[in-house]
Amino acid sequence: MRQDLQNFSRLEVRDLTVSYDHRIAVANVSLTLKPGEVTSIIGPNGAGKSTLLRTLNGQIRPSSGAILLNGQPLERLNRRSISRQIAVVAQEAELRFPVTVLEFVLGGRFAWASNAGWGWETERDLQVANAVLRETELSELSGRLMNELSGGERQRALMARALATEAPILLLDEPTANLDLSHQAALLALVRNRCDRQQASALVVTHDINLAAQFADNILLMKEGKTVQSGRPDEVLKPQTLRDVFEIEVLVDAHPVTGGPRVTPVHDTYRRS
Amino acid sequence: MITTASSITGQNRVTLRKTLVSCAVLALALLLAIVVMSLIGSEPLPARASLCALASFGTTTCGLSRDQFDILFQLRLPRILLAAAVGGSLATAGAGYQALLRNPLAEPYLLGISNGAAVGTMIALVFFGTNEWTRPLLAFTGALLATLAVYRLARGRAGATPERLILAGVIVTTFLSSVIVFVTTLMDATRIRSFTFWLLGDLSGSSKKLLPVTIAVAVVGTLALTLHARSLNLLMLGERDAFDLGVEVGRVRIVVFVVASLLVGSSVAASGSVGYVGLVVPHLARLSLGSDNRISIPAAALGGALFVIVADTVARTIIAPRELPVGAITALIGAPLFIYLLRRS
Repeated sequence: MRQDLQNFSRLEVRDLTVSYDHRIAVANVSLTLKPGEVTSIIGPNGAGKSTLLRTLNGQIRPSSGAILLNGQPLERLNRRSISRQIAVVAQEAELRFPVTVLEFVLGGRFAWASNAGWGWETERDLQVANAVLRETELSELSGRLMNELSGGERQRALMARALATEAPILLLDEPTANLDLSHQAALLALVRNRCDRQQASALVVTHDINLAAQFADNILLMKEGKTVQSGRPDEVLKPQTLRDVFEIEVLVDAHPVTGGPRVTPVHDTYRRS
Repeated sequence: MITTASSITGQNRVTLRKTLVSCAVLALALLLAIVVMSLIGSEPLPARASLCALASFGTTTCGLSRDQFDILFQLRLPRILLAAAVGGSLATAGAGYQALLRNPLAEPYLLGISNGAAVGTMIALVFFGTNEWTRPLLAFTGALLATLAVYRLARGRAGATPERLILAGVIVTTFLSSVIVFVTTLMDATRIRSFTFWLLGDLSGSSKKLLPVTIAVAVVGTLALTLHARSLNLLMLGERDAFDLGVEVGRVRIVVFVVASLLVGSSVAASGSVGYVGLVVPHLARLSLGSDNRISIPAAALGGALFVIVADTVARTIIAPRELPVGAITALIGAPLFIYLLRRS
């Protein structure tokens, strides 16, 4: 049977430093993605959030530190076995050639193919694709071309493709950027669902502090490549910390529904005389 | 929901059937073209006797005269087979470059890769004139170097945009054209005319010795790229995404570089730069069969063979007994299509 399909995977990052172009993009960051938990990375532009995400997947080589996938160093694992464990949801798909939504989503099954080159999708590949298309409400669009879809639909197709990999670790880079409120909620519910029911773990890079506050179990706050603070949302999202990192006055109170921290930026121009 | 599942599964079977049917139809059409086009030419051949001789693979003359038999088996058939090999090679190489560079406009001739192979061939002709084997070898080297140059030039920080790629192609093409002019001055005047023809893509002066090599490279190269079709499908959607999904991007890139350069090298060494085949044929294949390389690469290879056989028949008959270089015919068809694609992208 399929040996490397596990119910959960654990990704551990120790003392990671990434530098390129003579600049340190990520400095001495440590974090652990635990099964069932959502971790969110927040921080100002240029904090190294996306670089960190790309390093966790092996795309960018760290200059020092270790990334361990179930205790094994990432660089010793082959590409396809990493892709069966870690899926990335990018911000935008590059579409120069016409492909259908189904073809696009089936791309997520590549790492499972017995033959990496030719060969056709198996019954199981198609079942999985069908299931994730339903989860992302794209079943009816499966035969449409990707470049005919709206930005929000494309973003959902990217999510569907990542889910189709069945990877227990999801890395999401600004996954809600192109989505309206109801689709934001639907997409986050999908991620939450994978974590709660299938012991997946998710890492979400976002600019939306309140999204992180309500949705994440842990928050990693970064600035200029360094960890400023990490922990539960109520530990990290303190007014003084946020003021220092984002250089803006903020107000933190309790969310009326969840009771978690709610962050409101208070800019001078907001004050009406 | 079960109905959706079965319809998706059905779709997969339909794709497989579509591949087999379209490749079978194209292969039949190719066979038909090889037979029919060998009967057409400035010297008319009796159809029935020629068919009989072809069916016997040249073991009996079937009443053809000695001259007619030689025209059929020594002139036309080798030329048609070469046309098929060149067409298949260029179309496959085009499909490979398009996936690798994520650009439907990528084409060996337009990117200057054919020119690289031409420089290699010329160097072989000038310096190792008697040794025919050096031609495809140096042509391959030239194609590989030109491919690397275009790839490096086209890749900016934001990846290879279509505009950047075309500009890189123009730079490499014009640079290598001046190298070609320079090498031409080293040749004696009597060879320059046949040479100019060859540069434009000409199947008339082909070498018998190299024909089996050209055919073998076309077949093996097409198989090699087809066997990487799933990786290429993902590469077409971006190197980063392909990497995320498990494609060993670096390895596949090297395979495409080497295989496509081999295909271009062997066909340029045999017939010069036949332009636009790598653009027109993969485009038509994708248009009619979709972007899935598992289907479009083998279909493009067969279609490319067909296209160049027909184009060459036109080239050698339209102003008979004189001939045009086949590259002139393919460019007449390809250039307008290129403009259309450029306007649409």
